[in-house]
Amino acid sequence: MIEIKNLHKSYKMGSNSLHVLKGINFSVEEGELVAIMGSSGSGKSTLLNILGMLDVLDEGSYTLDGVPIKNLNETKAAQYRNKFLGFVFQSFNLINYKSAMENVALPLYYQKVGRKERQEKALKYLEQVGLREWADHLPSELSGGQKQRVAIARAMAAEPKVLLADEPTGALDSTTSYEVMDLIQKINDAGNTILIVTHEPDIADMCKRIVHLKDGVIVEDKKITQIRASQYV
Amino acid sequence: MGFLFDSNTWQEIFGSIGKNRTRTIITVIGVLWGIFIYIVLSGAAKGLDNGFEKQFQNVAMNSMFTWAQSTSMPYKGFKTGRQIQLKLKDVSILKNRIPEIQYIAPRNVKGVFGGGPAQIIRGGKSGNYAVYGDYPISTKIATKKIYDDGRFINDEDIDGARKVCVIGERTQKELFEIDENPIGNYIRIDNVFFQVVGVHKFTPGGGFESDSDIYIPFTTFRKLYNTGENVGWFAIAAYDDADVIKVEENVKAILKAIHNVNPKDDRAIGSFNLGEIFNRIVGFAKGLTFMSLVVGIATILAGVIGIGNILLISVKERTKELGVRRALGATPREVRSLIILESVFLTMIAGVMGIILGAGVLSLINKWTQGMDFPYANPTVPIPYVLGALAIMVVLGTLIGLIPAQRAVSIKPIDALREE
Repeated sequence: MIEIKNLHKSYKMGSNSLHVLKGINFSVEEGELVAIMGSSGSGKSTLLNILGMLDVLDEGSYTLDGVPIKNLNETKAAQYRNKFLGFVFQSFNLINYKSAMENVALPLYYQKVGRKERQEKALKYLEQVGLREWADHLPSELSGGQKQRVAIARAMAAEPKVLLADEPTGALDSTTSYEVMDLIQKINDAGNTILIVTHEPDIADMCKRIVHLKDGVIVEDKKITQIRASQYV
Repeated sequence: MGFLFDSNTWQEIFGSIGKNRTRTIITVIGVLWGIFIYIVLSGAAKGLDNGFEKQFQNVAMNSMFTWAQSTSMPYKGFKTGRQIQLKLKDVSILKNRIPEIQYIAPRNVKGVFGGGPAQIIRGGKSGNYAVYGDYPISTKIATKKIYDDGRFINDEDIDGARKVCVIGERTQKELFEIDENPIGNYIRIDNVFFQVVGVHKFTPGGGFESDSDIYIPFTTFRKLYNTGENVGWFAIAAYDDADVIKVEENVKAILKAIHNVNPKDDRAIGSFNLGEIFNRIVGFAKGLTFMSLVVGIATILAGVIGIGNILLISVKERTKELGVRRALGATPREVRSLIILESVFLTMIAGVMGIILGAGVLSLINKWTQGMDFPYANPTVPIPYVLGALAIMVVLGTLIGLIPAQRAVSIKPIDALREE
């Protein structure tokens, strides 16, 4: 599903150049649930941004579902993001003046899906995350865990190839975190490919594979036995 | 352009401008004020223009008056200070020599330029009023409205030097009872009986005429006051396409030649050119219209800049939201059109409201000034001006929207998302 070869990325900070990713080779199969771990500054967020086409690589290659991702202009990148990827952010990033349902329907709007169908789909995904009754509520009326579930529903609504989650539990207490992880695991069980950036070992342990990043290189890449979050909920 | 008619687009726009209602309303008021000022000013200017035109409507615009005074230069053996007297035969000479003259009316008056007014008596009532000796043609130059049942002096009156007269509204009020019809009745003008054939309605239009004037046939006037061939002054109307100022010069030159006046003597023949005065007033109204256009557009511009400013702030505030939208698949084009449409939409709403409000105020002013002696009538703003203002606003709204839109697009989604 994801194929990364010899990925380099550096940032220019004034006259200095900061080499963040120093040759990453990494691939993800369909249906995997991968945790990308590392301390801050290890390059894990940069890797996720490149995977999410929010940032461009300097060197190397990136293939997503057989499509080489290179030389994208903003418009093409936007279309690919819309087609291939679903995003979940640490700070939820829901649009605060839109109801839960409208938030979930937003990627469908950019897919030019009709209004009726959009709403039906949005409700379906809200149902999946257990927030059907909260469809008309604004984000400000939801708890943190609920917001993140709305965000996950939004990411899933576009039916992406890969779900990218950047510290999805970073702003949540542990009980809520496990609820969210339970949801993510269920989505993964349904066959979806998911990448999670996290620095919490317990969250990483709930994935099927852990990739450790340190100073811009992969220091460890291991398959693990998944701990089900449902046992904590 | 299809996205313009997509209800989804509009839903997005309503959603984003609706979230900060107070700010949106205040911003809209900025542009609303601009177009309001524009509409009210240009409508008022048009109203003044109409008002002036109304005041002059009973006078031919390209008309002039000329009279004789005393000479200020010796000429052909005549001394300085000789009083010149216009004569009836001047009429045919002027008409023959100046083809631009459409109408020429010789007129006489008693009781305006020196000399006491005529004594008018009817039964026990009496008064002193100015009496004019006129030809029917003088109504072609300055329209006289005659009340129903009556008429102005006609050619038969002139030919027969009939003793008929047209009296003014005030004369009627002062000499007749309220329920009395003056037509057919007799009054005495300087002890000669005249039959009243009409009552004229006075319309203020500058000049020395008033609502008490009495008009009698020129030929009768001549007999009554023994004026012979003398003429007080000529009222002359040129053809519409003629240059009145040129005609005025020619008339004076010819009159000087006839009456042996030094061609360089500017004092001997006096004249007054209504066309020139009218043009000056029209010029004033035009200037006013132009000024209101400039002020209005400048105010609109200020308002639109306000919208641009607010949208810039709004884009800054919405950096994260726009980043999310782009992460979810909004293309730069979609983000840009969202911001520009917001700008255009706000401008248009403000514009339409401003136009409606401005039109309301104009009609109120019109109502208040109705019946007042003030040159103001039917203040309107031509539709092309209104549409033009709207078009300008759409264009300005788009242009000003481009700035925040470009800014919104220039922020990379990753930077937008990183911003906490």
